[in-house]
Parts: sequence; structure tokens; C-alpha cells
Amino acid sequence: MMTKSKRLSWGFFVFFIPVFLWLMLLIVLPHIELLRMSFARPAYLKQPGFTLSNYIEFFKEPIYWNTFFRTAMYSITVTMIVLIIGLPVAFYITKVASFKTRGFLTILILIPFWVSELIRVYGWTIILRESGIINHFMTKYGIWKQPIEMLYNDAAMIMGLVYTSILFMVVPIIGVMDSLDNSLIEAAYDLGAKKNVIWRQIIIPHCMPGIISGCIIVFMMVLGSYLTPNLMGGKNSMWFTEQIYNQFILYRNWNMGSAFGFLLLFMSSIIIWVALKLSGQSLKEVVK
Amino acid sequence: MEIALSVKNVVKKYGDFTAVNDVSFDVEDGKFFSILGPSGCGKTTLLRMIAGFFEPTAGSIEIRGKNMANVPPNKRPVNLVFQHLALFPMMDVKENIAFGLRRRGEKTPEVMKKVHNILERVGLPEYADKRIDQLSGGQKQRVAIARCLVLEPAVLLLDEPLGALDLKLREHMKVELKKLQAEIGTTFVYITHDQSEAMVMSDHVAVMNNGHFEQIDSPSNLYNNPASSFVAMFVGNNNKVTGVLAKDESGKFYVQDKNQLKYAISTIKDCREGDIVGMYTRPEAIIINPAEDKTFFNRTGVHVKAVLFDGGNSRLLVVTPTGQEVLVALPQNHQFDYIKKGDDIMIGWDPASSVCFKETGAKMYDDEI
Repeated sequence: MMTKSKRLSWGFFVFFIPVFLWLMLLIVLPHIELLRMSFARPAYLKQPGFTLSNYIEFFKEPIYWNTFFRTAMYSITVTMIVLIIGLPVAFYITKVASFKTRGFLTILILIPFWVSELIRVYGWTIILRESGIINHFMTKYGIWKQPIEMLYNDAAMIMGLVYTSILFMVVPIIGVMDSLDNSLIEAAYDLGAKKNVIWRQIIIPHCMPGIISGCIIVFMMVLGSYLTPNLMGGKNSMWFTEQIYNQFILYRNWNMGSAFGFLLLFMSSIIIWVALKLSGQSLKEVVK
Repeated sequence: MEIALSVKNVVKKYGDFTAVNDVSFDVEDGKFFSILGPSGCGKTTLLRMIAGFFEPTAGSIEIRGKNMANVPPNKRPVNLVFQHLALFPMMDVKENIAFGLRRRGEKTPEVMKKVHNILERVGLPEYADKRIDQLSGGQKQRVAIARCLVLEPAVLLLDEPLGALDLKLREHMKVELKKLQAEIGTTFVYITHDQSEAMVMSDHVAVMNNGHFEQIDSPSNLYNNPASSFVAMFVGNNNKVTGVLAKDESGKFYVQDKNQLKYAISTIKDCREGDIVGMYTRPEAIIINPAEDKTFFNRTGVHVKAVLFDGGNSRLLVVTPTGQEVLVALPQNHQFDYIKKGDDIMIGWDPASSVCFKETGAKMYDDEI
């Protein structure tokens, strides 16, 4: 008995220590340091001690909190668009497509993600920019008199964000939709339900855990993305991650940057908490 | 009597495969009609065509005299109780039952009144607020039926709904279902592969095989007067002897097997002398140690190979001297307690209890020899 429990604890530590070290050294410790810095004045002021000035600065400067709320609203919008596109896609893959085409379709969604995000976003710029493919053909055949700049606006940025995050919505929804018994859909149909009622009352309630986990992943990804807003939205993107980047890299103000980082973390936690409460789901159910 | 459901020459093809082949039948209002057949015989396909999930390749389906061609399932006056019931786990019992009523746009007080009425009808009055996973198998069954009955369909279709229940509960539900149907008076069309379910509950049973109906009849007629060798083998148990039909000098028919053994037979249906036939005799028609004084009687000495004890359904597996295996019903009234494995006994049966059909070579199961 003794040897068995010893062996068990030995095996437990083999797996536990790397996870523990990884979490501690790469996540928890840096965050503690960032949290400490966010409550300290910049080093060049040589004024040690606790201060709220980094956070107060954020609320005093409209550009900061404007960007902050804009980022939050656009992240929610992108998440909703991804959900609206993702649901029918997942439904088609799990319930409509034949077993053979099913794998093929999943691969089709997956393949673009084998390429790095940078390359994918540059792909979009090649298509959309002023000297890009669309403009080339449109002006060549005289449909447009002169090239139109389709990049560097909010629509292009949102489209790019939707494109880069759709997989992370579709995959969890496929998971739960797979477990939906087809006969439930048929039973609802047999009992007189129309398509929209079947979606509202049967499919979506069943898929809720997958929808919520997809939404959380997509929301966090979009909120924290830097590359896509920067490359497709350009200077107008006003994404909050850029503000954080600027503080750290441009202004060398790590204290302010840390404060911004924590504000972003705080906001995303609040939004996810509210979303979970509104949808009546528990985090435990969603991460299962 | 009004005809609730009329199926006329319905055919369903998938490519080259014919799942349902020219099936016609009528079901009178208020009757319990069963379709009995082995798995893969096309009965589910037929039921789903009536429900509207598949369109027939040819033929027509009429419900209360109205042609149902191109009417989707949500517009048909029939409801289907699914094999695995398909209760909505995201709703409680009352919302499950109210689902169809709400789709018709009925007002909530009216809906709740009907829900409580039907729950009382199926004997679950206190279960309105229970979740689906709090119900037992039999209760789920009743909720699934209530969910359909509350809509007062012209025909209620049931797709082997007792299949998932254990034996005792199934026996119980059989009687319950029959009582419920008699009480409510809705027309039931029930499909099953379990002959006992079909026989106990139904007014009429259709035996289906390979996409077509072999016989539509009352349960007792199916048992006593099977119309084909398939029905003889599928409904109840039967011993089969293959041989040539022949006639003796006095004009009486007999079946002669490959070992030249002769078995007298009195009903030959449309078989003719010289035909290769299968002769079917039920285990319960065979008498152990028959009285000596009977004339025109099949009698043979056999060797007891095994005693297959199964309570009221116990049988003896015996072999004739020529190696033909025969199952004989063994009544559990202590009269035959002396018979043990390895004994030699006499068996016999009245030639009138056998039927014969032309041998087609069809097999019910692949491993049959």
C-alpha cells in the first residue's frame, strides 16, 4: 500500500513540476512584477512607493479610454459576427455534409491556419490595397474609374479579425453540435416547429457550452490581437493593444504599460463574467 | 368506419436498392395497427414516409382522405414517437409536452390546462416540473407519447419505442400502451421487430420482409394461418422440414424428406404434388408420448438431445433417427419431469397442425443452414 501511494506521488510530481514551473515562471511571476510596476512611478522620476497615477492618467486622457472602449465594443462585434457565421458553418459540417465531405470541409477551415497570421494578413492586403487585385480588375474593366483604397478602415479591420478567428468558433461548436441527436431536430420538426424555432429552442440551447467557449476564445483573441488591427486598420485602427505597445516600446514607460495591461485583463474578465451570467452558463460547464 | 391512414402502392428506392416495394394498406380510425418485420426490412423507412421525413418514390399516402404528397412533417396531422424518444433535454416535462401546442400559437393558460390533462391521462400528474433526466425509462416513454397525444393527431406513429426498455418493463408497457390506446381512441401505427409486442397490442398486424408486406391479418390469423413461409417462421416458432410433396394411394398428402421419411399433412394451400416444400410445425403442436389409438397421425421415436429450460417457454431439443432436429414444447405441469437428456421418447402431431409452402431457398438469418 505504502509503495503504491509513493509511486503515485512520484508520477504526480513528474507531470506536475513542469506545469507548475511553466505557470509560475512564465505567467504568475511576470504578472506579479507587472502588477507591482503598474502601481509604481517611472524609474527615472526616482520616487519609490505606491501610486495610482498610472491608472488615473488613463481616465484623464480621453484618447486612452476611448480606444479602450472602442476595442471592447469592436471585439464584441467581431465575436458576434464570427458566431453568426460560425453556427451555420458548424451545422453544415456536422449535420448536412456527408461523412466524406465532412473531413474535407474541416480541413478547408483548418488549412489557412497552417500559415502564420502575418502571412495571412498580408494576403488580405495584397487583395484589398489600392494597387491590389480587386482594384486592378475593377479599373481594368472600367467598373471603377479610379482605384479605391479598401484597406485601413474599420470594415477591413473587422473583416480581417473575423477571418483570423473563425476557426476558434467553429471547432468548439462542431464538438457540441456533434453530440446533438438528429432525432431531436426531427422531433421538433414533427411537432410542428419551423426552422427558426428549431434553431432557437433546440440547436442553440444544446450548443450553448460550445458557443460560449468559442465566444470566450474568439473574444480574448480579438481583444488581445495586435497584428491584424495594425496591418489592416492601419493608423486608424486605434486598438488598445497598440497603446500598450506604445507605452512599453515607444515611450519606454513600463509602469503605464503594465497599468494598461491590467485594465485590459480586468475588462475582459468583467465582460466574460457578464456574458456567462447573461447566458446562464457556468465556467465549469463551458471548459468541460 | 372512417379510414385514418391509407397507403397506396408506396415505393421507396435508394439508387438501385428498393427499401419499400409496393406497399398498400388502410388503417381504420381508432385501430392499433402494427408493422412487424426483422431489422432492415424497410419498416422504419415506411414509417418515416408517413411522418413526412421521406417522400415516396412512387405511390401515395393519404391521411383522413387528404393526400400528403409534398406536405412537410410539421404540417402533417401525424406525430411520431421516436425510437429513442427524442425528448428535449433542455426543457422540463411540461415544456416538452407544451412544445407542439405552442407551435400552434395557443395561449399559455390553455396550453397548461391541456398539458396537465394529458399528464393525468398517462398517469404522471405530479411530474410537470421534473427535468427529463429525472425520469425513469417508463416515465420517459409516457412523456414522449403524451407529447404527441396532446396534439390530437389523426395517427400516432410509434417507432419501436419499447426497444430500449428492459424485459419486465417492456411487458408492463405493452399492456399500458394497449390500455392507453383503447382509452384515448387515437389510431396507432406501431412498428416493431418484436412479434410479442405486435401480437399483444394490435388489432391488425402487417408482416414485412424485404420491403414488401407478406401478410396483413389479425394476430391470431397470423399465428394460425400464415400466408407465407416467412410469416410461418417469423411469427411464433416453427420446426421446418424440407421435402417433396407427394400423394399416397388413398389421396392423402405427405411430405417425404431426403431420408425417405414421410410426414402426413392435411393442408397444402397452393402447393402441388411433386413440389419441393417446407413443412412447418409449431413446437406447441407436438405431443409428447401421444396415445396409440390415433389414426392419420405423424408419429416418430426421437432421442432427447437437450432439455431447454425456460420457465413457461421450456422446450425439448430432440433428433429423429435420420438426424432431423425438432423442437418440442415442454409443458411445466410435472407430467414430463421424467424426461432427461439422452432419453428416447415418442413424439407425434396431428397432420392438420402443419402447413407447407413452396421452398424458395430464402433464409431468415444468414447463419441458418
